[in-house]
Amino acid sequence: MIRLIGIVIVIVGFVLKWDTIAVVVVAGITTGFVGGLSFNEILAILGESFVTNRYMSVFLVTLPIIGILENNGLKERASTLIAEIKVATSGKILSIYMITRTIAAMLSLRLGGHVQFIRPIVNPMAVGAAEAKYKNIDEEDEENIKGLAAAVENYGNFYGQNVFIASGGVLLIVSTLNELGYNVTPLDISKAALPIAIIATIVVIIQVLMFDRKTDRKYQSK
Amino acid sequence: MNDILLEILFILCGMVSLITSFYSFKDEEHPTRIGSTLFWGLLGIIFIFGPYIPANITGIILIVMAVLTATKRVRAGSTRDATDEEYRKKKSNEIGNAIFIPALMIAIFAFGIAQFTDLDGLVGLGIGAVVGLVIGLILTKSQTSEALQSGGNMLQQIGSPSLLPQILAALGALFNAAGVGEVIASGISRIIPAENIVLGVIAYYAGMMIFTMIMGNAFAAFSVITVGVGAPFVLAQGANPAIVGALAMTAGYCGTLLTPMAANFNIVPAAILEMKDKNKVMKSQFPIALVMFIIHIIWILIFAL
Repeated sequence: MIRLIGIVIVIVGFVLKWDTIAVVVVAGITTGFVGGLSFNEILAILGESFVTNRYMSVFLVTLPIIGILENNGLKERASTLIAEIKVATSGKILSIYMITRTIAAMLSLRLGGHVQFIRPIVNPMAVGAAEAKYKNIDEEDEENIKGLAAAVENYGNFYGQNVFIASGGVLLIVSTLNELGYNVTPLDISKAALPIAIIATIVVIIQVLMFDRKTDRKYQSK
Repeated sequence: MNDILLEILFILCGMVSLITSFYSFKDEEHPTRIGSTLFWGLLGIIFIFGPYIPANITGIILIVMAVLTATKRVRAGSTRDATDEEYRKKKSNEIGNAIFIPALMIAIFAFGIAQFTDLDGLVGLGIGAVVGLVIGLILTKSQTSEALQSGGNMLQQIGSPSLLPQILAALGALFNAAGVGEVIASGISRIIPAENIVLGVIAYYAGMMIFTMIMGNAFAAFSVITVGVGAPFVLAQGANPAIVGALAMTAGYCGTLLTPMAANFNIVPAAILEMKDKNKVMKSQFPIALVMFIIHIIWILIFAL
């Protein structure tokens, strides 16, 4: 049982929001000791594994190009494109954002964010569409739209990202499975993640269009 | 051939880290100038010279890096964005939608090379990044130094958490060497019969979701639960490892949607959007997280067993 001490350290460390890198290193060293390894063996396993798994951090090589594009208006262009969309209902605006956000995550484009897109563009458009359609909406529904707009950003980001073959999640899956003796490649994982990204998009579109129907009934029966 | 190209890719990654170290050192108003210079410098050295450094020395370097982050000596520098919003708006109108082309190169090359050649997809990613950079420099009429500096700034802003997957992989190796998986597996096998793969899948995915909710981080949960539950109760029974592994991670993300521990995704946005109910984002996400979780289980039972 004492060998589980590393797991306890990881849980406590993450819950208390200690420095993530230090928590993981401490958990690893402690686990090695209680598992009967010498300090030198622990250092060697730590070092060897980190070097073997350098491929997990290859996103470094993409930073200069992403940096230069962001300096030259990549996000501004995306905002313009989204803001030009003319559709009639909150649900449809949220659906379109769900699709674009998922595709961006699949391509590892950092085109999203609650600060960059939801607050300044998506939420005002969704609220605006509802106000234009029903003349006025109550505070409760304004709050509901905000909740959905914030959620759509998370859905697209989470369920789309593992379709990109060099995402952190994909590479962690590959290294964990290889370590356990199961041979998989990043491309295998990314193909397996695609159906879930598509299903999530469909399920979310159903959720936001159901919200449209609910507000339709609520305001048009008045 | 593939190995040589991968090594070249790691050297390029190491150079980005060394450049970040260099700009940290040049930044005289940097709040953690020495710490950041050391941290990114050491990381760059491991990336470039890793295979030639004795593994126990690399282990010591990693401990030094962990001490630096634990003592908060690795933070973002004082350098702000090189361009202001007005300039970016003007540029984005000038360049138009072509601005997306260099970014798309990365994904297109990564997928294309993995799918149609014998080379690794990551080699494709590296080639795509270089091709994208060249097109990007021509398109935006920028200097190479500007690209390097903004890349370095971005790495400092993302900071040390960007190394989490790689350091978790090292934790996984130590867990394996110490036999942690066997301990968990023997504990769980008292509750679940090892040959019942359906219960195994449910235990694995529920474990992913619950541990992610507790820790607020699906990556950490994945390293622990896959070794202890996923491998003995699902993978060892002959399930398709790629599908089971890929969906285990997104099953964890279903948990991320439901926990205040993932404050960046669930609590901070409520503040950003000035919501009255701080838990509203999680409440909106609850039905989707639940439906998606059930779909994950069904998908595995149909397609991975």
